[in-house]
Amino acid sequence: MLANKLAKANLPDLTITVVDQNDDHHYQPGYLFIPFGTYRPEQVVRSRAAQLSKQVTFLRQTIERVDPDGRQVHLAGESALAYDWLVIASGAAPRPDQTPGLMDERVWRRSAFDFYTLDGAEALHAALANFEGGRLLVHISEMPIKCPVAPLEFAFLADDYFRGRRMRHKVDITYVTPLDGAFTKPVASARLGNLLEEKSIRLASDFAVAGVDPQASTLESYDGRHLPFDLLVTVPVNMGAQFVIDSGLGDDLGFVPVDKHTLQSVAHERIFAIGDATNVPTSKAGAVAHFEVDHLVRNLTAAMAGQPLPSSYDGHANCFVEAGRGKALLLDFNYDTEPLTGLFPAPVVGPMKLLGSFAHQPPRQAGLREDLLERAAAGEAAAGAERDVDVRQGAGHSQEVRSHAHQHY
Amino acid sequence: MPINTIDGHTFTVNDEGFLTDRAGGSEDLAAILADLIGIDDLTEQHWAPLRFMRTDSATTGVTPTLRRMQTVGGFDIKELFLLFPGKPAKKLAYLAGLPKPVGCV
Ligand SMILES: Cc1cc2nc3c(=O)[nH]c(=O)nc-3n(C[C@H](O)[C@H](O)[C@H](O)COP(=O)(O)OP(=O)(O)OC[C@H]3O[C@@H](n4cnc5c(N)ncnc54)[C@H](O)[C@@H]3O)c2cc1C
Repeated sequence: MLANKLAKANLPDLTITVVDQNDDHHYQPGYLFIPFGTYRPEQVVRSRAAQLSKQVTFLRQTIERVDPDGRQVHLAGESALAYDWLVIASGAAPRPDQTPGLMDERVWRRSAFDFYTLDGAEALHAALANFEGGRLLVHISEMPIKCPVAPLEFAFLADDYFRGRRMRHKVDITYVTPLDGAFTKPVASARLGNLLEEKSIRLASDFAVAGVDPQASTLESYDGRHLPFDLLVTVPVNMGAQFVIDSGLGDDLGFVPVDKHTLQSVAHERIFAIGDATNVPTSKAGAVAHFEVDHLVRNLTAAMAGQPLPSSYDGHANCFVEAGRGKALLLDFNYDTEPLTGLFPAPVVGPMKLLGSFAHQPPRQAGLREDLLERAAAGEAAAGAERDVDVRQGAGHSQEVRSHAHQHY
Repeated sequence: MPINTIDGHTFTVNDEGFLTDRAGGSEDLAAILADLIGIDDLTEQHWAPLRFMRTDSATTGVTPTLRRMQTVGGFDIKELFLLFPGKPAKKLAYLAGLPKPVGCV
């Protein structure tokens, strides 16, 4: 999106190259629905090159290292690319290797799964289908993670799923988090915490994971708690790309320290970063990357012209929360604003009662989610609102909505 | 914002009791606050991570996470749990006069 917008800006003497290690663009929010069979894997993958403007060169290569002083990007093999300006957009990746015992062959992809990768989500789909009951842990290893509400939604959807299979009484679901409540922002946390209770999902908070004991099949915390599991659905530590770490450009989790308003690297003025790859204190979400693009286009343009950086990103983020049983709510906030409570009229999605619950039309939750993301990203949501949304949508509409959302990323 | 006064120390805290201004924090105050959260004696083993936390956050602008205490500060997380039972990251931040470390949003 950034490359396309820059190309459109027609800046003099500018050539744009996008480097990615593969040509498979994954619609990651779709991963959440694969374990429950709402989406099939092929529905969330499309070609990357096909999305790019003709003026942009696409190179399918793995980046190994960046040399900021020599202004070069070293690729796998011997080759290197020189740059005048570099934008790092290498995202965040789950790192199950960071939790001792998790990848032990006795548990990994047998009773312990992640859904933050496509193959993980697929493997979990099979495991859920074969699950006959027992203790299910839905677990976040460490913050920050991409789309911080996704694991909570997973818990809500799992509750639905087991109800649908008429076996909810056989499944004991516990939501395990390093935070002191269901979510980071206090107001939303209280609201979401109530939802957990309503759905008989236990909460294990302040859980600093020390590791998995593959022999005992337990999740261990530093303060000595052992949680037994029959099925562990974990969100592993999310870290920036290895090349960022290897190039000395990352913080302790491999995220690029940038000025949170201009997105310029604090260490190198010719490097900017966008999306999940940065350390800015807002959600790691597609919507955030989307909001950042316009700021970055203006700032890069100014930087190339030797002018001061004009554009200031405010941390605007929003997250559509799938609350299960056909209900949904939208969190919308920025660096300074907590999600608000109260009544919030919005012309497009209809009147909303903040922090209350409305029903929307199931069962195409996936389509609805994307529809809302679309609208939210289009700026229809005001920062500072947390809202439950009532959207009526014809069942046949979802396909169209989905392909929309695909364009959006 | 509530203002607390204990033993001659006056400082502003947020709703959760964390100091709002790092300048209000001091080793004297830390010793007094430690008592309030059930840590009887601050030993050298306690002071080392507390001091690291203050110096580190002075440069980064944020309270270090436990991961950072381990990778950058070289502290053993298990040990921090023994020294500051239950919630070491929060207890450390509270005593160091820093905001609660929030990994993210
Ligand atoms: C389960 C789940 C649910 C989500 N739900 C939502 C949601 O509801 N709403 C929302 O807004 N966001 C959601 N997100 C988050 C959203 O998907 C991400 O924030 C978004 O994809 C970030 O975009 P990005 O371009 O920064 O990173 P990515 O899309 O991750 O792209 C990074 C790219 O860098 C490439 N790369 C990495 N290392 C190298 C290398 N060494 N060499 C070459 N290329 C490399 C990768 O191949 C990848 O293509 C969700 C994420 C997950 C996992």
